[in-house]
Amino acid sequence: MFGDYSLGDLGSIFVMQGFAGLILFSVYVLMALGLAIIFGQMGVINMAHGEFMILGAYVTWMTSNLFQSYMPGLFGGYFFLAMILAFLASGALGMLVEWVLIRHLYKRPLDTLLATWGLSLMLQQAYRSVFGAREVGVELPQWMLGSLHVTDSIEVPINGVFVMGLTVLITISVAYVMYKSRWGRQVRAVVQNRIMAGAVGINTEKVDRYTYGLGCGIAGIAGSAFTMIGSTGPTSGQLYIVDTFLVVVFGGAASLLGTIASAFSISQTQSTLEFFMSGSMAKVLTLLAVVGILMLRPQGLFALKVRK
Amino acid sequence: MTDNRFFNRSELIGILVLAVFLVVVLPLTLDVFRLNLVAKYLTYAFVALGLVICWGYGGILSLGQGVFFGLGGYCMAMFLKLEASSVENTKIQSTPGIPDFMDWNQITALPFFWKPFNSLTFTIAAIILVPGIFAWIIGTAMFKRRVGGTYFAIITQAVAAILTILIVGQQGYTGGINGMTDLRTLKGWDIRPDHAKIVLYFFEVGCLFVCIMIAQFVRHSKLGRILVAMREKEDRVRFSGYSVANFKIFAFCIAAMFAAIGGAMFALNVGFMSPSFVGIVPSIEMVIYTAVGGRLSILGAIYGTLLVNFAKTSLSETFPELWLFGLGGLFIAVVLAFPNGLAGIWGDYVQPRIDRLIASRKSKPDGWTDSSVADGAPAE
Repeated sequence: MFGDYSLGDLGSIFVMQGFAGLILFSVYVLMALGLAIIFGQMGVINMAHGEFMILGAYVTWMTSNLFQSYMPGLFGGYFFLAMILAFLASGALGMLVEWVLIRHLYKRPLDTLLATWGLSLMLQQAYRSVFGAREVGVELPQWMLGSLHVTDSIEVPINGVFVMGLTVLITISVAYVMYKSRWGRQVRAVVQNRIMAGAVGINTEKVDRYTYGLGCGIAGIAGSAFTMIGSTGPTSGQLYIVDTFLVVVFGGAASLLGTIASAFSISQTQSTLEFFMSGSMAKVLTLLAVVGILMLRPQGLFALKVRK
Repeated sequence: MTDNRFFNRSELIGILVLAVFLVVVLPLTLDVFRLNLVAKYLTYAFVALGLVICWGYGGILSLGQGVFFGLGGYCMAMFLKLEASSVENTKIQSTPGIPDFMDWNQITALPFFWKPFNSLTFTIAAIILVPGIFAWIIGTAMFKRRVGGTYFAIITQAVAAILTILIVGQQGYTGGINGMTDLRTLKGWDIRPDHAKIVLYFFEVGCLFVCIMIAQFVRHSKLGRILVAMREKEDRVRFSGYSVANFKIFAFCIAAMFAAIGGAMFALNVGFMSPSFVGIVPSIEMVIYTAVGGRLSILGAIYGTLLVNFAKTSLSETFPELWLFGLGGLFIAVVLAFPNGLAGIWGDYVQPRIDRLIASRKSKPDGWTDSSVADGAPAE
């Protein structure tokens, strides 16, 4: 399978496919970060996670339309405002959902799966009724188009670089919030021992609500970033939900570092394989490998050592 | 009459009512087209029945039942497709005697794994054994390592995704996204005309009752009680000396085989099989049928399947915009308000009233039959 390419070509292929993998990696990380918080930390199986992401994408699309018609001069910077709006919209919806639905189900994790699946159906239909069934694409500002020429045979698209930079930024902020801030300490305390956390004066209900909101908000940002590299339809979220769950489980549910490592390995394997075989076989092999490894090592790559 | 091994008295009445409903009431009141729809819905009832044992009693939520439904269905469809692709039927192809989709994909010889499906005996064995062995492999790998609960659900979901992508991707061997269409005869007997559909319906109902009996037997045996004990306090069962993993594997395999029988019935009754019944979305929907009917009730799962599917068909025919809202709302309502589904509502509200009614005037116990049939037939 390598016979037809020279060594230099192969190097370029690996770099370019590696870069394509990095973009996939960014989307995975952004989606998986939110899910790692909701599923990994809170134990809620949020099947509607993809729909929260799509909400972010639609908010971004609306913002770009708004800028296009009323403030064309500022169009270059719309994305930053859109991202914040996407975070707020998805986060607010997430907190509402937690209040109405999820908080009754913390003791029945498998039931959260059914309830959030129902929620995802309703959200999909809502998007279809409001935004139409057709996929919508966001117009990119001028500075994001084009690509960077690294060498003669290697070039990388600017929007991809931007999404990657964004991912790094978001990941660092989430890590900071979860591991350095006072609020993050409360979240971890509630996750490890809800009763004791309540006993020392942490308002566990409030922490739950904001944690769920944060996870959904990050999904909104993921959706916002997603518009940079693809178009959005009412059911786009569903395409990614299984992959994202696998990323989180493969990484070891309670570990942010594990999530990043597993997103990296899954996306790189997939995009490298994609060059040598059809996309569907690449995906099958990647998922099979992940499931196989999970059967041998159910706790995932990075297991948190907690006594239960 | 009341054999303890299979059912107690009220369960016997319930089974008889269901039998009357499926064998007498529906065939007499529905035309062939609608009856065929019911046959299609009932194929999912096999899956729901398996989920009652696996999820309701065993506490193992599998989101990959579509995999087994699909494996059973594809085994059956492969046999039917081979019979439909005889040399006379396919003489316009560049390679006669192979299924049409293979010819379109430039495959010139029948792949080796297709060859045994020329035999009906092998096919029937494969319908049960292929999904059974597959479930046994997954179950052994997972349960021996004490993986359960949410992890198991997500991994089975991934398996469903993998199989779908594989079937869609390997178009030449599986028919791709269109699936296997144009199935014609079973051992020379045409399965497409109306009278064949009626025969197949009764055959399916017969199989369903065999499965119901097996499920009842499991439920009333010591095995069923261990399953329930395991769901409630797994560690205690393990410390009492039972091999928890083996019981879980058993429940999962039974569920897989039921699902596979349902899949095979689907291929026979509906006349095609496609990857859209294998993936994540159908798998979760099958769980929903069980949840709506009541995850602890064998008969409830069947009524739940019929109810949700009737609702889905009639709502999507009349209000295409609204049916996803309705369906989504139904799931949320079931989970939040009625965790035991229809069977729970029946047991909590309807049954006590009927008992009181029967107790007050012993001479007329007929109220049972009427109200229970009405319960199962909400939409025509």
